[in-house]
Amino acid sequence: MSFLAALSLQAGYNAALVAVGAAMLGFAAGAVGTFLTLRKRALVADALAHATLPGVALAFLAMVALGGDGRSLIGLLAGSALSAGLGLWLIEAMARRTRLPEDAAIGAVLSVFFGAGVVLLTVIQTLSAGRQAGLEGFLLGSTAGMLWQDAVVIAAGGAVALCATYVLRRPLQLLAFDPQQAAALGYDLRRLDLALMALVMAVTVIGLKLVGLVLIVALLIIPAVTARLWSNRSGRMIWLAGGIGALSAYVGAALSASVADVPTGPIMVLIAAAVFAVSLLVAPQRGILAGAIRRARLRRDWA
Amino acid sequence: MGAEFVQFSLTPMLIGVLVAMACALPGSFLLLRRQALIGDAISHVVLPGIVVAFLITGSTATLPVLAGAMAAAVLAVVLIEAVKRLGRIEPGAAMGVVFTAMFAAGVLILERSDTSGVHLDVEHALMGNLESLIWLDAVGWGSLTDGAALAGLPPELLRMAVVTAGMAVLTVLFWRPLKISTFDEGFAVGLGIPTQLLGFGLVIAAAVVAVAAFDAVGSILVIAMFICPPAAARLMTDVLGRQVGWSLGFGAASAIIGYVLAGYGPLWLGAADAVSAAGMMAVASGGFLGLACLFGPRRARLGQERG
Repeated sequence: MSFLAALSLQAGYNAALVAVGAAMLGFAAGAVGTFLTLRKRALVADALAHATLPGVALAFLAMVALGGDGRSLIGLLAGSALSAGLGLWLIEAMARRTRLPEDAAIGAVLSVFFGAGVVLLTVIQTLSAGRQAGLEGFLLGSTAGMLWQDAVVIAAGGAVALCATYVLRRPLQLLAFDPQQAAALGYDLRRLDLALMALVMAVTVIGLKLVGLVLIVALLIIPAVTARLWSNRSGRMIWLAGGIGALSAYVGAALSASVADVPTGPIMVLIAAAVFAVSLLVAPQRGILAGAIRRARLRRDWA
Repeated sequence: MGAEFVQFSLTPMLIGVLVAMACALPGSFLLLRRQALIGDAISHVVLPGIVVAFLITGSTATLPVLAGAMAAAVLAVVLIEAVKRLGRIEPGAAMGVVFTAMFAAGVLILERSDTSGVHLDVEHALMGNLESLIWLDAVGWGSLTDGAALAGLPPELLRMAVVTAGMAVLTVLFWRPLKISTFDEGFAVGLGIPTQLLGFGLVIAAAVVAVAAFDAVGSILVIAMFICPPAAARLMTDVLGRQVGWSLGFGAASAIIGYVLAGYGPLWLGAADAVSAAGMMAVASGGFLGLACLFGPRRARLGQERG
């Protein structure tokens, strides 16, 4: 009953705001993820997400040093964006200027930044202010005890990411499908790539509190590859992926708000993964069943 | 460097070195085959493996936990392959779908089931507990020859030693086929080398290392050691044998330097408590990679100017 209440936004003001914010974030993540996976850079987002941890920890330490209580969500998210940006720059520099392939650069940045974040977390734990820091919530996401202003930040951030994706959809579509054509039309490919990664970073940072840094990459990848199973047209793919992302995030937020011991991030990811699994089975052209039927028909016609 | 060092620091440091070296061996080949991130995927799915193993057997004893983790790793590898082929999805995205979904399932099951009585949580799986693997029975360096004290060594040390030795033996045994199939798969097929089986074996070997290491050092150090030392080594030389040698050296040095910085660094700075050793080892390996990127003699691509 309380799940239905949460689903219809009747479970309190905060929960409703979080659910709406989550849906907007999910839509933005699905849409941005479409460009990201078509550009075959899905796992760069994973490195970005893990690279946020030292930024969150440093922002906390800086705010405590300046006399605050260190829990301002805006401050923490700003710190996370800075360190994710540094991580992104390092990946690009390593892949461009050395002989290392991009996947090695991704893995290196991911693990080293996360390691640095863990070191900083142990530093925070030893400080007196660390007891109430609650930074662990950024690992797997949590809506428990979320403040009104945090919910506003997430809802507003989700809306901004959504609008930016809509504005940039044409050039990004071109970048994903036909970079040469985009270049011929006068687009600066490097700047377009940068814009795409900026959107990815925005989604990651806003989703940090809600989904957590270990799993946010799933909201970028899973809806996008699911949409790819259903459609061969990129325009439709963006809307489909956005829809799947929004649905997973919305239902996940409602479930997490109404059922005990259901962490927000994992449940959203599992809902998206379930949609993917069903799609893999029944999608019209690329699905497993469709393929089996096609093969069976072929066999019959030849026999 | 007295009794206290042997009691509290020697074993975690040694375990770190062994983990680093065991990861560097398959890591070197994975890097060259552009599969560096498979270590990342495997170390994430270890968590659902242990959680399910715990729910089935009701214990956190070593054997069921390792079996569960191993089963999850193999399942993940198979699922990634299946998603890649059945859905015609690019490898990076396929990996992302599978390991995040499995990790999410692990976290959810963990939160929903009653595991409050046992030491099983997400942070432990990510960060490990290297600091707790001390050798209480030791009284000094002399304990290294004392049979009774040696029996009190943490079991993780022996396990990692066995795994590392096993990896070394496998690397020597399969050196030639691995080398040929890594650099020229077509030629390897022509020679009759079962390249697909070999590739699968390599991934399974990496899974064995990841599973054996995670509960001592946590997933994050495992990922770092799979990638950073081999990547740094790649920038030092063009010869495979030397590259593996450099990887082992970088890995071991990262573990030692990281441990020293974590355990003693804060004291030098006037703080009272040590920081995460596993995290610091990962940072140290990143430091080596950074230096190699800036100064490694073979850092540029062939034909590219050094910049």
